[in-house]
Amino acid sequence: MTALTAPVPAGHYRFRHLVQMEWIKLRSLRSTWWTLVVAAAGAIGIGVVVGINTRNASGDLTNNALAGIIPSVLLIGVLGALAVTSEYSSGMIRTTLCAAPRRPMLLAAKAAVFGAVAVTVGEIASFIAFFAGGASLRHGIPAPALTQPGVLRAVLLSGVSFGLIGLIGLGLGAIVRHSGAAIGLVVGGVYVLATVVGQVERGLGVYMPIVIIGNSLTTTKPQTCPAHADYCPHLVSAWAGLGLLGLYAAVALAVGGWLLARRDA
Amino acid sequence: MIEVRELTKRYGSTLAVDNLSFDLRPGTVTGFLGANGSGKSTTMRLILGLDRPDAGNVRIGGQRFRDLRWPLREVGSLLEARSFHPGRSARSHLAALAASNAIPRHRVDEVLDRVGLASAAGRRAGQFSLGMAQRLGIATALLGDPPVLLMDEPVNGLDPAGVHWIRDLLTSLAAEGRVVFVSSHLISEVALMANRLVVIGQGRLLADTTVAEMSAGAPSLEAAFLAMTDASAQYRAASPARRPPAPTSRKEGSS
Repeated sequence: MTALTAPVPAGHYRFRHLVQMEWIKLRSLRSTWWTLVVAAAGAIGIGVVVGINTRNASGDLTNNALAGIIPSVLLIGVLGALAVTSEYSSGMIRTTLCAAPRRPMLLAAKAAVFGAVAVTVGEIASFIAFFAGGASLRHGIPAPALTQPGVLRAVLLSGVSFGLIGLIGLGLGAIVRHSGAAIGLVVGGVYVLATVVGQVERGLGVYMPIVIIGNSLTTTKPQTCPAHADYCPHLVSAWAGLGLLGLYAAVALAVGGWLLARRDA
Repeated sequence: MIEVRELTKRYGSTLAVDNLSFDLRPGTVTGFLGANGSGKSTTMRLILGLDRPDAGNVRIGGQRFRDLRWPLREVGSLLEARSFHPGRSARSHLAALAASNAIPRHRVDEVLDRVGLASAAGRRAGQFSLGMAQRLGIATALLGDPPVLLMDEPVNGLDPAGVHWIRDLLTSLAAEGRVVFVSSHLISEVALMANRLVVIGQGRLLADTTVAEMSAGAPSLEAAFLAMTDASAQYRAASPARRPPAPTSRKEGSS
């Protein structure tokens, strides 16, 4: 009976096919590019402004040049959440699942593509922010160099934090599925929660994503407390901070993937 | 060949699909009839593995949908008209889906041409009229040249010429030996293209028959359909998480 229709070819769809699909999806939206450009420009611009306003060389100049990373990663987190939730609001998720019903593999492909794009943009933004921030220093303050201890690590990890916050956003998007709720969770989880937790239990504040990025990932040396400080938090090291952010992203994606696989679409 | 067996789906306290069984055969257009809210779209989603049945199963050529090797090359589907991102062009939408199933890129332009969207391919699909959106959905279904086509209310939003076009398209696809399953709440529409009919009401199978058999013994096909569905024509409250049926009268379009 089916003589006139072509036979289905051998093999089956694989992860790499879904990566290609997700890459086309991501790059074919103008909003992706706008958000990435604004995030990168914000990180660079803030680094320059902080550099211009730096009056002495006593602080962590690399950390100063990377001061714009935190607001920028928030945009990337929101973009990551929208990469999933916009599929629900438009109905695209059902079209996608009819093409690729193996749902955890689909989310993994989405995460691989989005994570790679976010890290790439993050590294570009971090390096440019670092050099531009250094170049904008006045008052005869010498610009920090990548060869100084901890500097290259701080710049590299700043870029990686774009990817990890982006993946946290993506995972939260898969969990809540609604754009408004997901954006609220990303902003709340990254910013508000850090403030609240810091107030309630100061010892836990250092485990919040924003604190990890600001005080561990983007620093060249452990931060010291000013003399007479009534409280001195025990900040995690840069590498431990990286591991924690990776863990948060992995948990968000695992929960998102598990829910995606068992809920009706 | 598609086998639907004892399919049951509940949303909260609402029984959307109730112990539904039927077969779909190649080379035939099968019309899927029922009033709005009778469970047609839910059945489509269950066949496509989008929703998980509470009981029963569906086999497509002996396999579950989620185990298909190249889903788009095995089953083409049209659900609600706007199942695409509004910011993406029709061409990019189809190119992404083609990549997922390793479908050659030239198929994108072929299906765009076939549904009459070639000149609008680069426009953002969010600007499309309902008729154009429906055509993009049909292009998506045809992309993988699949032996099975499932279409939920494909004539929605199409003008008379478009309705005529889809009727010819679906009958020619069936003539090529494909399984074609078309839902509608308009029996007059389905009668013009279907050979077989699956009729449901309140999620239950009311008839699995041919157009000829159904119209025999009644003044008209429509009279037979209304007599059959009247008993189950009670509207059920759509659960809030679901897309509710379109707020059109059940008898709209009847002639």
